[in-house]
Amino acid sequence: MAVRTRREFLQIAGVGGVVFASGLLGGCSTPGRPAGAQDDFYFVQLSDTHWGYKGPANPEATVELPRAVELVNALPRAPDFVVFTGDLTHTTDDDQERRRRMAQFREHMGRLRVPTVRLMAGEHDASLDRGAAFQELFGPLRYAFDHKGVHFVVLDNVSHPKGILGDAQIDWLSNDLKAVPAGAPIVVFTHRPLFDLKADWDWTTADGSRAIDVLHAYPHVTVFYGHIHQEHHHRTDHIEHHAARSLVFPLPAPGSQPNRTPVPWDPSHPGRGLGLRDVDADPRQPSYLLREIPLASEA
Amino acid sequence: MRMAALALALLAAGGGEPPERVVQMVARRFTYTPDVIELQLGVPVVIELTSADRDHGFSVPDLGLRIDVEPGKTARVRLVPSKAGTFAFHCDVFCGSGHEEMGGRIVVSGPVPGGAAGAR
Repeated sequence: MAVRTRREFLQIAGVGGVVFASGLLGGCSTPGRPAGAQDDFYFVQLSDTHWGYKGPANPEATVELPRAVELVNALPRAPDFVVFTGDLTHTTDDDQERRRRMAQFREHMGRLRVPTVRLMAGEHDASLDRGAAFQELFGPLRYAFDHKGVHFVVLDNVSHPKGILGDAQIDWLSNDLKAVPAGAPIVVFTHRPLFDLKADWDWTTADGSRAIDVLHAYPHVTVFYGHIHQEHHHRTDHIEHHAARSLVFPLPAPGSQPNRTPVPWDPSHPGRGLGLRDVDADPRQPSYLLREIPLASEA
Repeated sequence: MRMAALALALLAAGGGEPPERVVQMVARRFTYTPDVIELQLGVPVVIELTSADRDHGFSVPDLGLRIDVEPGKTARVRLVPSKAGTFAFHCDVFCGSGHEEMGGRIVVSGPVPGGAAGAR
């Protein structure tokens, strides 16, 4: 009897999301990689909790992170890892309060029953102190790791107050990717979009095109990011860019209103528009099955 | 001779093109004052920005303008509006909780006979 992959199970059960083929050669085997269902894996993307936020856009902002942890822990099979794409905490001018919020956030993440949690900063975590508290509590702002044939890169486009990557990081990215086997899938995690999604809302990275230029030389690149508090999908040539929902309040669709003020809180539908995402990765294709998991009923 | 030289200097200072309009803006967390600037198509303007508290930015992506606004300095940016419309500007240097609301708009209108534009 054939063993079905998780992806096949999701698709047969009708609970799967949208499959995005990655790169120039979708459907081709990745050179140098053994085939086999054991290569499939999945991870969960959480984003933009803004722990410590107090405001009208979400008067129940302490509810969402524990709820997200519950949802992840209730998944039938634990993901290989959880990645949190920035704005773990809401910014504050008080350095001690910033550390307190980060410590509280860490407590909640400690309740996740998953093998690994990967964290990265958003501008609310890192811009005012150039990432000092984040590094103190969570570790480096940029790093790379490999998992089951996929090379993952975490970029920092937030600790510089202007939201740039900077020359040193672009060089680091170029050098890091030189060691990646030819044709291997690459996944990039950032907080802000690397492309100009809506520059007059600051939904961009001023020098993001330089990173895209570096990534462009590789055939299978997919970017997952946060910042814009909503699901969004975009393609720059063969590179896919996928934004995740927030865990505090949704923001309006790009250009749908004069400014980027949050979608008003609806007390009759708390949590509407918030959610997380699981990503089923098939490194052999490579392709990614994205499944959006709402935090509350969407009805 | 000295009188002639003085007259020439006054002519140079006061004659020819009229002085360009200057709009002064103050940036402070999390507002610009004024936050609406009304301009006339084709009429040059110099926007002078100062900061009342900390580092800010002034970015108008649709007009290709951006400049740093730092305490103790006056940032100047010259603009000759070449297209009519409303153009959003915002602070692109993260400045705290409320940064996302820090913005405004430049409104460029076509030439109006006898009319004058001003900053509000």
